[in-house]
This record gives sequence, C-alpha cells and structure tokens, in this order.
Amino acid sequence: MSDSVLEQIAQVVKENDIVLFMKGTPEFPQCGFSQRVSATLSSYNIPYAAVNVLLNEAVRQGIKDYANWPTIPQLYVKGEFVGGCDIISEMHENGELEELLAPLKKEA
Amino acid sequence: MPPTPEAIAEMIRHSIPDAQVNVQLFSGDNHFEMEVISAAFADKSRIAQHQMVYAALGDNMRQAIHALALKTATPADS
Repeated sequence: MSDSVLEQIAQVVKENDIVLFMKGTPEFPQCGFSQRVSATLSSYNIPYAAVNVLLNEAVRQGIKDYANWPTIPQLYVKGEFVGGCDIISEMHENGELEELLAPLKKEA
Repeated sequence: MPPTPEAIAEMIRHSIPDAQVNVQLFSGDNHFEMEVISAAFADKSRIAQHQMVYAALGDNMRQAIHALALKTATPADS
C-alpha cells in the first residue's frame, strides 16, 4: 500500500464536507449497499461528493486501511468517518443523520 | 471458499468470548447478516463496536466474505 494513496484519500476527505466512497455513482450505483447509502444521502437534498472506488483499485483497497474499515461504502462528514451502510441506515432511521447533516445544509 | 456461518460465529467468539452471535446467509454463499451482543461493546462507539467484529474476522472480510450486514448491541440494549 503506497502512502500516496492514503494522502490522496485524506485530501479528498478534507476538501469535501460530505464525501461518500462507493461502488459506482449515485446515478448508477453498482452494489446494493452503495445504492442504499447514496439514496439515503440524496434524500436530504444536500450536495455531497461521491468517489467511485471501482475506477481505481488503489483507492478501493486504500480506503479500507484509511479508516480501518473493511467494507464499502464509507461516509465521511467534516473529515470524520461516520460509518458504512448499517450505521448510516440506523442513523437515518433514528434521526442522528439529519442532526449531523443539518448544519451543512445552511452553509450550502 | 467463504466460511460457513458457524465458522464465522466461532471466529467472533474466539476474540469476543462473551459474544452471543446470530449469523446467517441472506444471499448466495458469501452474503451474511449477523447480530453480535457483548458486554465488551459497552461505552464504545458504534464504529468501534463494528471494528471489533471486523477485527475478529481478519482477512476474511477482505476476501471470502463478500457482504456482511452487521448489528451490534450490549446485553443491556437488547
């Protein structure tokens, strides 16, 4: 694993308030879990960045080391790892996700 | 070859001895869903709880296990 990939990932996470690493794109997700999280995020009507890890094998593997998290999708908000599909779905259902994203809506 | 649900439960109990593990296949032979209940999760964030489970599965998470829908809880929660 080259450090430059982890640096690239850190840069993307830093530059975007909300960034989702996923398989495919929000328009054409290529995995059910990525589809679920991107649909959930899109429902908040807040712009977010999406990185299609299928386009870059180094990023696809590197993102797992970056957060010590072995699965994709992964959501980052304000530089912090928030979780994968199970955690995001739970936070969406119990209102935590709205709380987390609401401040970003005003800035947008 | 993906591990069996029983093998997965055994891996979890190996590293989290008090864990109550409920694991089954939901699609094919490598898509699993699992619930893990352990007092070891107390006072840990959800991310940390899931990381403990992933750590127990080690390299299986990268290769053999294609998908794992995971829920964690403490005995007090459940």
